[in-house]
Amino acid sequence: MFEGLYKLKEQLRPNFEEGGKLHAFWSLFDGFESFLFTPNTTGKRLGSQIHAGNDSKRTMIYVVLALVPCMLFGMYNVGYQHLLATGQLMGGLTSALFWKAFGFGLLAVLPYILVSYIVGLGIEFTVAQWKHEEIAEGFLVTGFLIPLIVPINTPLWMVAVATAFAVIFAKEVFGGTGYNIFNVALITRAFLFFAYPTHMTGDKAFIRTGSTWGWDGGHTLIDGFSGATPLTQLATGSSADVTFMDMVNGLIPGSVGETCVWAILMGACLLLVTRTADWRIMFSIIVTGCITALLFNRFGAADNLVAQYPWYMHLVSGGFLFGAVFMATDPVTAARTDCGKWIYGALIGFMAVVVRVLNPGYPEGMMLAILLGNAVAPLIDWCVVQRNINMRAKRVKA
Amino acid sequence: MALSQKTKETLLGPLNANNPVVVQVLGICSALAVTVQLKPALVMGVAVTIIVAMSNVIISLLRNTIPMRIRIIVQLVVVAALVTLVSEVLKAFAYDVAMQLSVYIGLIITNCILMGRLEAFAMTNKVWDSFLDGLGNGLGYAAILIIVAFFRELFGAGTLLGFRVIPESWYVANGGFYENCGMMMMPAMALILVGCIIWAHRSLNKEEK
Repeated sequence: MFEGLYKLKEQLRPNFEEGGKLHAFWSLFDGFESFLFTPNTTGKRLGSQIHAGNDSKRTMIYVVLALVPCMLFGMYNVGYQHLLATGQLMGGLTSALFWKAFGFGLLAVLPYILVSYIVGLGIEFTVAQWKHEEIAEGFLVTGFLIPLIVPINTPLWMVAVATAFAVIFAKEVFGGTGYNIFNVALITRAFLFFAYPTHMTGDKAFIRTGSTWGWDGGHTLIDGFSGATPLTQLATGSSADVTFMDMVNGLIPGSVGETCVWAILMGACLLLVTRTADWRIMFSIIVTGCITALLFNRFGAADNLVAQYPWYMHLVSGGFLFGAVFMATDPVTAARTDCGKWIYGALIGFMAVVVRVLNPGYPEGMMLAILLGNAVAPLIDWCVVQRNINMRAKRVKA
Repeated sequence: MALSQKTKETLLGPLNANNPVVVQVLGICSALAVTVQLKPALVMGVAVTIIVAMSNVIISLLRNTIPMRIRIIVQLVVVAALVTLVSEVLKAFAYDVAMQLSVYIGLIITNCILMGRLEAFAMTNKVWDSFLDGLGNGLGYAAILIIVAFFRELFGAGTLLGFRVIPESWYVANGGFYENCGMMMMPAMALILVGCIIWAHRSLNKEEK
């Protein structure tokens, strides 16, 4: 499939070259070409090995592009939830309100992007200078993920502290980009979650009801307003008031990037077409999550609302899909062997649902499940490799 | 008082270059458990210092009469007696701190630093040297506890020794922007802090290796 993209690019090339119809846009074409397709040389053939024409820069760019739909939708949803909570959508959605929602969300999310990049890159540059190393591209994706997975009402200084903590203790102490054991963006979220729990859960965290930089504040909340996410509602014992299609469309409270299934699927398609993320991990997580949910439906306590939550709802609620597509597939922290990827994914899918169901203190289990998966991924790989070695040794003996 | 080079080494070595916590990595368990606040950490540090110094003295006095086969039992009896004494004194004169420290006072018996010093030093050295060694190791342990507890109490509760350092008006609940870091209350963060101290210590003592 990636070859298809490459061929398409080569087909378009004559249009942009000297004398072509679109020559005026040559630099645009050239820019995108070097963005997406360089380095385009493969390594030297040595025996049966060949090194793909890919590097971390290209991988990172693909992931960031895949995240763009989530980011754009997330911005719109932040504004939409704000308008909904303040009763401005009573008369239906007009185009003026649409743009107001997007503008409000853009202003609300932009500071998080800036803070995460400034703090993270600041530390990366400092460390690189200090150790006389080259700057690695590693923070590109992390910095983009952080604003997508924190609740919109988290104070900026907390995000800065958490980002600094994660970059130093989850990444630089292990040796920087490519050596980290845990997903850095998730460590940021985990730090926030354990350090400032009141800002990370509950019904105030996920909807900005007040103003953004003084804009559009001062509205009174509508009667019976509840900003709780569906999973929080379930965990606190009231049934969730959203339908399956609400969850898929994503106009519900939640962290910025995680709500819209369509946007996540768009990103997933790009990641799979360009083979940036591994389909085995995504597939394994989703299937195991569904099976675990089904088992809880059948054997779980009847009065536990989350245990009785249908499997398709588990799939689309909270950060399950977002985590499965963007976080668990991080090639640095995931298992590397093919067989190991199945086991790794299964562990994450299983644990995510188990945490959701069995621990009312943590309405969402995806973050903890992926971090646990990260922790045991090297062990899984070791077992898989060892099994291979043993099998081959037996074959030699026979 | 002029100290000889050897005496100085015995007393001051454990404070820095041969620190029981950050170099020998002993006594980590209690260092994580009692450092949520500065006051219990201080008391714990003092208690361990007294017990290590006293048990070192007693074992050093007895060192030539203890049969090698049962020496661990003898050491344990001495330590247990001292721990019980300290525990009773704390309950009498500092009841609230004793309650905060709860089982960790009793668990000083199992603190690796104690058995380590008795086995490695007091069994083979003279009384005065053993006393200095115990004092140094106890203080070295206390120093790390105090550093960790300082950061944990300051950022986890905004106080130091119960005295409010970060003003109430800064907190979100009172209309400010600040919030205590709940991570600091967790033992995991204490371990990370000890790691940071080890990091700083190794960077400062490069010539050791």
